[in-house]
Amino acid sequence: MSINLDSKIPSGPLAQKWEKHKFECKLVNPANKRKYTVIVVGTGLAGASAAASLAELGYNVQAFAFQDSARRAHSIAAQGGINAAKNYQNDGDSVYRLFYDTIKGGDYRAREGNVHRLAEVSTSIIDQCVAQGVPFAREYGGTLSNRSFGGAQVSRTFYARGQTGQQLLLGAYSALSRQVGLGTVQFHGRSEMLDLVLVNGHARGIVTRDLVSGKIETWAADAVCLATGGYGNVFFLSTNAQGCNVTATWRAHKRGALFGNPCYTQIHPTCIPRSGDHQSKLTLMSESLRNDGRVWVPKKAEDTGKNPVDIAEDDRDYYLERIYPAFGNLVPRDIASRAAKRMCDEGRGVGPGGLGVYLDFGAAVKRLGKATVAERYGNLFDMYQRITDENPYEVPMRIYPAVHYAMGGLWVDYNLMSNVPGLHVLGEANFSDHGANRLGASALMQGLADGYFVIPYTIGQYLATSGQKKLTGDEPEFKQAVVETKARIDKFLAIGGKRSPTSFHKELGLLMWENCGMARNREGLLHNLERIPQIREEFWNNLNVLGDGDSYNVGLEKAGRVADFLEFSELMCRDALHREESCGGHFREEYQTEAGEAERNDEDFTYVAAWNYTGDLSAPELIKEPLIFEEVHPTTRSYK
Amino acid sequence: MSGHGHGSGSGLNLTLKIWRQKNAGTPGGLVSYQAHGISPDMSFLEMLDIVNEQLAERGEEPVAFDHDCREGICGMCSLVINGNPHGPDSATTTCQLHMRRFKDGDVITIEPWRAKPFPVIRDLVVDRSAFDRIQAKGGFVSVNTGGTPDANATPIAKHEADLSMDAAQCIGCGACVAACKNASAMLFVGAKVSQYLHLPQGQPERYRRVLAMVAQHDAEGFGGCTNYQECEAACPKEISVRVIAEMNRDFLRATLIGTEL
Repeated sequence: MSINLDSKIPSGPLAQKWEKHKFECKLVNPANKRKYTVIVVGTGLAGASAAASLAELGYNVQAFAFQDSARRAHSIAAQGGINAAKNYQNDGDSVYRLFYDTIKGGDYRAREGNVHRLAEVSTSIIDQCVAQGVPFAREYGGTLSNRSFGGAQVSRTFYARGQTGQQLLLGAYSALSRQVGLGTVQFHGRSEMLDLVLVNGHARGIVTRDLVSGKIETWAADAVCLATGGYGNVFFLSTNAQGCNVTATWRAHKRGALFGNPCYTQIHPTCIPRSGDHQSKLTLMSESLRNDGRVWVPKKAEDTGKNPVDIAEDDRDYYLERIYPAFGNLVPRDIASRAAKRMCDEGRGVGPGGLGVYLDFGAAVKRLGKATVAERYGNLFDMYQRITDENPYEVPMRIYPAVHYAMGGLWVDYNLMSNVPGLHVLGEANFSDHGANRLGASALMQGLADGYFVIPYTIGQYLATSGQKKLTGDEPEFKQAVVETKARIDKFLAIGGKRSPTSFHKELGLLMWENCGMARNREGLLHNLERIPQIREEFWNNLNVLGDGDSYNVGLEKAGRVADFLEFSELMCRDALHREESCGGHFREEYQTEAGEAERNDEDFTYVAAWNYTGDLSAPELIKEPLIFEEVHPTTRSYK
Repeated sequence: MSGHGHGSGSGLNLTLKIWRQKNAGTPGGLVSYQAHGISPDMSFLEMLDIVNEQLAERGEEPVAFDHDCREGICGMCSLVINGNPHGPDSATTTCQLHMRRFKDGDVITIEPWRAKPFPVIRDLVVDRSAFDRIQAKGGFVSVNTGGTPDANATPIAKHEADLSMDAAQCIGCGACVAACKNASAMLFVGAKVSQYLHLPQGQPERYRRVLAMVAQHDAEGFGGCTNYQECEAACPKEISVRVIAEMNRDFLRATLIGTEL
């Protein structure tokens, strides 16, 4: 049953691939577009931009979100900014440099063709957003303002105070709302996708549960786009919103879509440390803070309990500036996170449990004045103070890394189509573009690139050539999927055990953070692979879901999501175990340099690990897509 | 350090009076619950998480409440806490409200947003899709993807861009409606109108937008503004009532110049 993966990267010179491909993509006649229906699941940056753009082209779009409104998607929480190779600052940026930085930042585990396309369309995204009325930050002369962002030595990041994700999402939401008003998009809020329906081997529809009425419904279409975000909540504690889940992509995986690089998760260095067992989520502080804040720990472990203000300058270790003088506090996220962990492992961490490092604005306040610091970071400082009850203008912030983003996701080709014909995957939900580590301000860029500027071209190629007949949603495949979905819901409700879905989620999350988090090793991963099936078994025997399936039932929703995390997590550990190298967000303790830096193994692991569901969770099939570097020669990533 | 004793065993003991309602068609009422050992470092929603876990252990269905990002930006969380939308702190969403704000022995009343256009779905969850319908009438610039000019082709004065951004910060939570005795959503509508009217991109549809959005606002059953300004006080993003004045000014102009919908 082995699958032959074709990435469909166009031939020819790197800089001309996308232009050539756009020309070669089949077009759907304008008069015919309205005869096609496209399902878009998830209405964050990728989903909302795709739904709006496809509707503008003339397609009928059915859009689904588990939130009540498209404006709530978790893209909204992105703070720092969006990259684009505009070179407005005349500081040496170019499409090629953004491409190069992204390939290098991803630790040479992404496709050159995809990443170059991303860099190319980045500039159009900014134009599009400004035209929509996104109020980006501006200079007094009226031009757009830029800042530099983690891992980049040029100022290419566009931002809207500390709420860039919000403003970009509201821009996409406004475009989507316009189409809803025009009747070209039907939006289904509080509606969760619970299965993917394949007919004749093609993705032709979905099964949803109306979260208010509990009604199970089917939807037939000519193509399906999943833009359902990442799986960071497998760790229970992450910076993700409470509702973020792996269900849509995992259900698609179980229907045949390959899961790419699930072990690549990003740990963000600047989050607020946890305060106790009650913690339900971790709050990220934009890494733009690292532009002016200086990261340090006490030089001596015995100083960690002191008030930081009383620790003399000479007794502070500004370790990022010390170890990485070229990039200093602006090293990429994986590097900064691991460095913080090392300091804490050495016993020099601060705050509760010694799990924190300082991010100090003392020097910035002296240099720029409190007013300027407040203008740049005021809302972040307020947020920090509300959560910690400490004033960062006076006392250094405490930060600690937290799970933030999933680089892994469903495998897609250059057309953003998975190995299942008709199933397209956009934004964080797919595996592409970021390799093993995502650079700051690149998630917003990728989500909008996929939705505004890639899928509108590539979906036509599929629709024009798929040759599938129209469906009504009454076909046996749909009926069977409904039967299975209902049976699963009944099963949750029938267990009648003692433990809540959340308690299982917490147990799993802790296990994943311990052994498949910031650092992994063989022993820990093997331990997880033994424990996860045991937790899963207990889940199916001792779960307690109250209420019924025919009403608004939060416990039932949660049970379904946790059940999928309990399966997905096993694949994640298996991927992390098989990848015997360290790269980007995947740090295997056995593979590090003497200085404690990640040690890649290009000879054996320059490939995408795409996993095929075989029906047996303990024995997925590994399919490799070799990564070919024609333009950039992989070297050791150095930020020193 | 905060001095609140991170993860300490003692904590607050509270009486919660929580609105329980099975669905839109069934009358609801306040039910009392005891919450013990609540850490001051918990967020308000984390306190409710604990209460819910305890309810589930006793075989009672958990309290349904809307929430998602838990960092004050998605606009999903709501709750009228002791009569205040989003609780007692200014510029703070419920998810960012922390229990250190309360004292041991406090009685806390927790209710849903109360407004006719926001029907209760269950317990503390309300249906805010009226906001989406208002948005779909004019809360956008009619520009298709692609074919847009270079982003720096049109300079925008920083002052104007900042005013636009001040309004654009609205998270669509609906606290303004919950706070208003008329259940008016004019702060919400005004914020969207104001965001665009300070930008050149918003000019071509400026008058059409304000008329269309206000018409939908009224059709949804939201009331008119009578200048009590409770909305501004309740707004977690501190949207100023300036946006209502701007909306009214443009509405008047649009009417005077005979803008057609």
